[in-house]
Amino acid sequence: MIIANQYVPTRALAGMGITIFIILAVAFGPLFMSHGPNEIVGDTWDAPSLFYPLGLDNLGRDMLARLLDGGRATIGLALAITAISFLIGVSSGIAAAVAGGWLDAVLSRSVDLLMSLPQLVLALIILTALGTSIPVLIGTIAILESTRVFRITRSVATGVAALDFVQVARLRGEGLWWIIRREVLVNSLPPIIAEFGLRFCFAFQFIAALSFLGLGIRPPNADWGSMVRDNAQAITYGVMAPLIPAIAIALLTIGVNLIADWLISRNSPAVGEEQ
Amino acid sequence: MKKTRSDEAPLPPACHSTNKPFENGKKPRAHSQLLSLLGRRFCLGLLTLLALSAVVFASTQILPGDVASAVLGRDATEEALRAFRQTLGLDQPALLRYFSWLSNALHGDFGLSLANGAPIIDQIRFRLENTLLLAAVAAIISIPLAVILGIVSAIKSQGRVGSFLNISALAAISIPEFLFGYLLILVFSTQLGWFSAISMVLPGMDLTQRLSVVILPAFTLAPMVWAYTMRMTRTAVLSVMSQPYIEMAILKGEPRSSIVLRQALPNAMAPLISVVALNLAYLIVGVIVVETIFVYPGIGQYMVDAVGKRDIPTVQACGLIFGATYVLINLLADLLVIITNPRLRGALK
Repeated sequence: MIIANQYVPTRALAGMGITIFIILAVAFGPLFMSHGPNEIVGDTWDAPSLFYPLGLDNLGRDMLARLLDGGRATIGLALAITAISFLIGVSSGIAAAVAGGWLDAVLSRSVDLLMSLPQLVLALIILTALGTSIPVLIGTIAILESTRVFRITRSVATGVAALDFVQVARLRGEGLWWIIRREVLVNSLPPIIAEFGLRFCFAFQFIAALSFLGLGIRPPNADWGSMVRDNAQAITYGVMAPLIPAIAIALLTIGVNLIADWLISRNSPAVGEEQ
Repeated sequence: MKKTRSDEAPLPPACHSTNKPFENGKKPRAHSQLLSLLGRRFCLGLLTLLALSAVVFASTQILPGDVASAVLGRDATEEALRAFRQTLGLDQPALLRYFSWLSNALHGDFGLSLANGAPIIDQIRFRLENTLLLAAVAAIISIPLAVILGIVSAIKSQGRVGSFLNISALAAISIPEFLFGYLLILVFSTQLGWFSAISMVLPGMDLTQRLSVVILPAFTLAPMVWAYTMRMTRTAVLSVMSQPYIEMAILKGEPRSSIVLRQALPNAMAPLISVVALNLAYLIVGVIVVETIFVYPGIGQYMVDAVGKRDIPTVQACGLIFGATYVLINLLADLLVIITNPRLRGALK
């Protein structure tokens, strides 16, 4: 299909459809609910009915209301984490590429060090020490994620910084900050932005996994990971309750991944397969 | 003395050919070059392990106050705090604590659990075995298939097969482990009743019983590993297949099977080994969530449990084991890559 003079493959369109649907549902859905996400309206795991289309959860709360409300928490957190990790990763990556020298060495080696440990293991250790409050959760995952953003930004920006117009700007005597802002940043942005969707998926799954492990958002507030955990017992009775939020997580990830795949392959046909 | 002389004697005639002394000189040089490469990578691995232990230790020290007040809560008495600090050795400087912790850990002593006061190593020994069994079964059912399908999808990258494999890999990456896990439980445990929903390991189980316990968790872990391995294999093979020497072989009229097996594969070996290692390392971490789904008594479930209880020594021990496995797998892969590098092959003979 052609949108705004650009060819958009069907897969990317499907991804956009899924993503926009979920975001609209989560943003406006709770406004139409007659009962709150923490309101007990019936018995444990009541079957789906006309009034409660997804049934009730382990405490007799409406699954649909909790799904919509929990989506806000999970997606909001993942967005905040991705935004912060890009802020940290892009600024340090570009600084390392343009300034070089000891700054580059220090930043690159500390990123190597952080990446030599699996992210989830490191996050678990830090959460043990600092406790699992929302700011700690956001900060920890954002810093761990920013190592990946740093790597990409640094490799893209190193290429840009070696180009002639940057050399000219240096020779003209422009300041470091000016060069970063006006020359390097604007020219490295497209591949970095394409990476945003992929990093969002990682942050989203990460926060869902932590909540599933009981280390994320605290009860009674809903979020998709902890909804799976709370209703896990139901599966042994053949009740679908834990599958519903899990399917929601899978759907949004597939949707964003489809868009990200397209954006990345458009920017660099050769890379973008890994991670 | 005499012997060296007689050894040297046949040398002058050989010097006529410019080839031989060069060959004689090259062999030991290439050999030592390979050894020094291996040695350097090995030392780097050890250094990474040391740095890793420092990160694991330091991560638990970044608290603004200290661990004692965080664990005991705000209304803990001064005596309780002091006693707690003493049991953890918190009254000593951090550097000293790090070195004593590290040397104890190297001797297999990870200290006592804060949650129940039992030695951590007893739990770890039994659980590490379970985790490794799970990871091994998951690796066996996913990685060989993934590498083969990755090569297939690289060869048929334009066709329907490649696009189908691509989409299914994307789906497998996007679906969280708990969805796979609970789906498998719903079908094979709740409805068919073939396996238990909770993977209990009892002492005295024989291998077949342990395998039947591990089968659902392994199949939960497999899709993600399968998908990543396949996608990366595809990329690795495609990047080799676009090299000029492959094009040359095609132009020479060499049959396709011979190009892939004789030209592409030896050169794709290094990236393939890295791909497999990366995914084995992923497996080691993936067990954390999967073990929690099935309440399987492995290191991952133990660690999550300890995080919930803020049992710092246990978390450090598990973190060290996970991290060390991760680093060692990567080290092993890099050493293998150096050995199988076709450009250094002569050095091994």
